Amino acid sequence: MNFRDIARNGIWKQNTSLVQLLGLCPLLAVSTSFVNGVSLAVATIFVMALSSGTVASVRSFIPHEIRIPVFILIIAALVTVVDLAMNAWLHELYLVLGIFIPLIVVNCIVLARVEAFAAKNTPLAAAWDGAMMGVGMAVAIAVLGGLRELIGTGTLFSGIEMVIPGTRALQVLPADYPGFLVAILPPGAFLVLGFLIAGRNWLDARAEQRARLAAPARTAA
Amino acid sequence: MSEDSAARASLRTAAILTVFTLVFTTLMAATYRATKPAIEASAEAEKMKLVGEVLPDALYDNAPLADWVDLAPCAELGLAAQDDPVRLLRARKAGAPAALVFEAVAPDGYGGRIRLILAVGADDRLLGVRVIGHKETPGLGDYIDPKKDRNKAAPWIRQFDAKGFGEVPAAEWTVKKDGGRFDARAGATISARAVTNATRRALQFAVDQRDKLYALPAQSKLEKEGQ
Repeated sequence: MNFRDIARNGIWKQNTSLVQLLGLCPLLAVSTSFVNGVSLAVATIFVMALSSGTVASVRSFIPHEIRIPVFILIIAALVTVVDLAMNAWLHELYLVLGIFIPLIVVNCIVLARVEAFAAKNTPLAAAWDGAMMGVGMAVAIAVLGGLRELIGTGTLFSGIEMVIPGTRALQVLPADYPGFLVAILPPGAFLVLGFLIAGRNWLDARAEQRARLAAPARTAA
Repeated sequence: MSEDSAARASLRTAAILTVFTLVFTTLMAATYRATKPAIEASAEAEKMKLVGEVLPDALYDNAPLADWVDLAPCAELGLAAQDDPVRLLRARKAGAPAALVFEAVAPDGYGGRIRLILAVGADDRLLGVRVIGHKETPGLGDYIDPKKDRNKAAPWIRQFDAKGFGEVPAAEWTVKKDGGRFDARAGATISARAVTNATRRALQFAVDQRDKLYALPAQSKLEKEGQ
């Protein structure tokens, strides 16, 4: 499997949030705004690349019977190290991402990729796979968070001043937009996610249909 | 023979798991030790920043973080008996009392507890109130936190600044809807009412206990009355 296939798999074909529907708990809880969602995704990408790479490098030492406890041990230790290091040396960023980092330990996509991919592949490919799965989640959560924020409050990028000082939120809809509360509340997360999955399936179906139409034409010609 | 090899295999597996545990525990312990001073320093800075939100720097010249008194949880601060004690910081200027900084809780917010930090000056007036933790409805009740308040020029919570019972009598220290003097945004009175009432109770507590609170030795504990 080459690196381009891995990237395609992570971002579109096996998208964790829209196809595998794994790790929905943090996805739905944190996607109340674009900045929150992308912040969690950045932390997830980092942890997934790191843990997949580490597991792949020691995979030949891990007996099959105890692989799950060892994987969990490695993931939990790495997340703790990342959490402590960020708290100490990137404190500003930690204040924004801090609450999300422990959430990553319980995010089953990390364990799922370690088990399904990293345990059978080289460290570099595994780290790339982890990062791309994270990017897939990042794309989904960015759209989900952006839509919920836009529908719910009429703004985009609120809270960005905590990540990049000096910037400010974008007021997309008129300032007297009353807001649509359900989009911010948990039911809104499920509704918007449902529409995103439907939209992705529709795009896939359309691409498949086009390919089917195009294929016989090419053979005929 | 097969029993022997099974035993050997499980021993080997256990040994490998132990080695993994040791290696990764060491990694975590080493990181913990390496990061501890930096984390403590940032936690301290974080706390002083919070204190600075309600207490202007010019008002004191001591180190309030070291001049603390632990208060037993009491109803005036919105706490139940099983809660942790509250750490009250004392700010002084040239040795004279300047302000008390402490946390209080509004137990009756729409989404549960609302945590507040207050500074009460030695003249019994509030220097400032800030919300430091809440679960109010986003976009509706969360204007009690000035960071979420859309009115940036005059955030809601600022109407308590420089108010004491001299300006607003305790009987009128509630939201206008309840016959008081403080504004609340239409449609989200519960959050404002909870914060306003909690502020009144906490201010009353600070006024009543003022002399005792300043007089207690640093880093001591104030027990509940009658204990």
